[in-house]
Amino acid sequence: MANNKVLILYAHPSPHRSEVNQCLFDTATSLAGVTAIDLYYEYPASHINIDVEQQRLIEHDVVIFLFPLYWYSTPAILKEWQDLVLEYGFAYGHEGNALEGKTFLCALSAGGREEAYQAKGYNHYTIRELLHPLEQMATLTGMRYLAPFCLFGARTAKDERRLDTHISQWSQLLADLVDDNLDVEAACQAKVLNVYLSERHQGELE
Amino acid sequence: MTVYFLHAFIYLASAVIAVPIAKRLGLGSVLGYLIAGVAIGPIIGLVGEETTTIQHFAEFGVVMMLFLVGLELEPKMLWAMRNRLMGLGGLQVCGTAGAVMAIAMYFDQPWTIALAIGLIFALSSTAIVLQTFNEKGLSKTEGGQNAFSVLLFQDIAVIPMLAFIPLLALPELVEKAQIAVASAGEHHEELSLVAGLPGWMYALVIIVSVSGLVVGGHYLSRPLLRFVASSGLREIFTATALMLVVGIAALMSLVGLSPALGTFLAGVVLANSEFRHELESNIDPFKGLLLGLFFITVGAGINFEILFGEFGLIIGLTIGVMALKALVLYLLAVIFRIKNSNRWLFTLSLAQAGEFGFVLLSFTVQNHVIPSDIAQTLSLVVALSMFLTPGLFILFDRVILPRFEHDSNDKEADVIDEQGTVIIAGIGRFGQIVNRLLVANNINTVVLDHQSDQVDMVRRINTKAFFGDASRPDLLHTAGIANAAMIVIALDGVETSVELTKYIKHTYPHVKVLARAFDRGHGYLLRQAGADIIELETYHSALELGSHAMRELDYHPFVVEQQKAAYKRVENKKSDMLYQAWADDSEGERFDNNYRKLFMHLEAHIKLALKAERGDGHEAGERGWTPPPKGYADEFKKS
Repeated sequence: MANNKVLILYAHPSPHRSEVNQCLFDTATSLAGVTAIDLYYEYPASHINIDVEQQRLIEHDVVIFLFPLYWYSTPAILKEWQDLVLEYGFAYGHEGNALEGKTFLCALSAGGREEAYQAKGYNHYTIRELLHPLEQMATLTGMRYLAPFCLFGARTAKDERRLDTHISQWSQLLADLVDDNLDVEAACQAKVLNVYLSERHQGELE
Repeated sequence: MTVYFLHAFIYLASAVIAVPIAKRLGLGSVLGYLIAGVAIGPIIGLVGEETTTIQHFAEFGVVMMLFLVGLELEPKMLWAMRNRLMGLGGLQVCGTAGAVMAIAMYFDQPWTIALAIGLIFALSSTAIVLQTFNEKGLSKTEGGQNAFSVLLFQDIAVIPMLAFIPLLALPELVEKAQIAVASAGEHHEELSLVAGLPGWMYALVIIVSVSGLVVGGHYLSRPLLRFVASSGLREIFTATALMLVVGIAALMSLVGLSPALGTFLAGVVLANSEFRHELESNIDPFKGLLLGLFFITVGAGINFEILFGEFGLIIGLTIGVMALKALVLYLLAVIFRIKNSNRWLFTLSLAQAGEFGFVLLSFTVQNHVIPSDIAQTLSLVVALSMFLTPGLFILFDRVILPRFEHDSNDKEADVIDEQGTVIIAGIGRFGQIVNRLLVANNINTVVLDHQSDQVDMVRRINTKAFFGDASRPDLLHTAGIANAAMIVIALDGVETSVELTKYIKHTYPHVKVLARAFDRGHGYLLRQAGADIIELETYHSALELGSHAMRELDYHPFVVEQQKAAYKRVENKKSDMLYQAWADDSEGERFDNNYRKLFMHLEAHIKLALKAERGDGHEAGERGWTPPPKGYADEFKKS
């Protein structure tokens, strides 16, 4: 069984108010094979250490952005991280092949319901569509892009007791990533990873 | 004179031998003192009659302890405690007194004697219990806090008791006494201001003196302490602290009030004062010694003849009284919903009779309420019950607590409402900013400064600061360094701050030291002394001013910010090397050639990092946001 190393880059500018992402981050820190980095903790003034971050990328096989969706994109520090760390000659361009063959995915929480993230919903686009810039970032740098792992209606998830299921799915996902236990094709094609995961779970039960 | 020296030596030696041994065996210091007393008194017989005299003197330790307890209690906290104080304390005293009285009457004692005995046994030992709480760190637990409220109520209740007991005098005892007095001629009269005053005058005198104490404590003590502090003489400050406590005790005795209550009140009045920690650290050693002495005299005062003569009776009475008190306490704990291990702590810690029991006993005998043969037996019961108390604490520690700890492992952890405090040593221009940031974020700080005018000034702008030399271990101790999370050292004086760092890292390794350094050399000294975090006081402001200069010279502010960050990065990396070089250098000349060379090297390196051109034509400082080379897009193949 292949043992992949998973790197989680977590960005939440007000973690003390977080109900979802901080839980996911805390869950991840205790798992074997997973390195969980709180970017706002490491770089409170956004002075990202490029060398350190590039080294981290080199040492891992799977890269996950963990964040709450802010204006249909990542919180600012993850964009800053992309701008600084994914340098020409490192991540792309001439001899820039450090990320080739790795796997990339987003784990995020979105405030709107799933119905809102549709052509006919008030957000007009699906989550997968809104995250196209990140998908293309992965493609250009030679990483395999998996469908996003997303919790919709995140503001009420805790009150509606949907969080526990989400967290256990998250732990399972991370374990599968470490053990290289995913059907990559299906995971790439899915609209969101949650659907793939629960369908697979159903399959296992039957 | 020789006799005094000898006695002093015997008492001290017994304590020096017995207490550390008792502590090592896990028995607690109180039991150690008691054993020391038994050893030099009844067993070896080195000391004898003078113990009673010494005990009266040593009771002053209890007075000092209540002063210190008062200092820890701000009026606000006292007010917040009022329900527990009256409810728990009142019910405990009435319940126990009533139960003991009923039993005594069942054994054919007249009701007056029975009531007096009830009152005596209603009291617990403030001295033993608080001392033990402090030692075992139980003061902040729920059980400990409730026990404290009860003890405080008892100490207050002693005063009306002292007023009430003479009314219980037995006619036949009074008669006998009057004959005795008449035959003995003139009897000694206690010094008192209020003897022979009519009731309303007496009440007036009491009101005047208590309000005088509160008002005087609030308005007069500060100018006095400030005046003394400005002299800079430590022993005079100690003398002033002692003078205050002794003076208040004297005043209270003169008007017939309890000195313990008076000093307690004075303590509460001064709890908000900037001199609190300084007063505490000055009084504390006296209190400790006197209390120790008090416990020794309790041990030495045990009369083995009577004890063995009526062994069964006395042991039976002692166990009976303690069981009864425990029962009352347990019921109260159930009523007031004190739960789990706290319920047992509350029950067991207060199940003994106390030092005020001795006071009341001798008072009842003087006032012909209780015949002296009964009093002698009772006083043995009081002493024995105090003797057994450390055993109850050991029972609690070893048997009860582990059971509850085991049970509660599955439950949620207790909410810790006391965040680790931050001690700020020095409230000059540097310490002030640190303190303001922390306080604005609701972090508990204890601010210490040895300049009373400085303390006075920051107090006026609503900063809670205390007068005191933070480099003194005893003051740090009373400021709570043992339980603090960290200390911020912003003291003037290189030597002082380095010495303090060394002391704290040696004595309290778990306390983080955050130190302000004047310059690089000071910073290295602090680092060598073990400081955890060091900031140069000029570094950040100089860098800030430098970046302002660059901005004024039309550099783009964002570029300036990047250059500043690069400067810091290089400086951080290189300062480790510089420190090593400095530390390896010879003792005498700290800044010798090797170090200078390295310093020049650092300078060059920073210049290089900031100015050096990269191969792609960009400065290192702006490595981020470097655009890819022109024409790079042609390399991508369409996929």
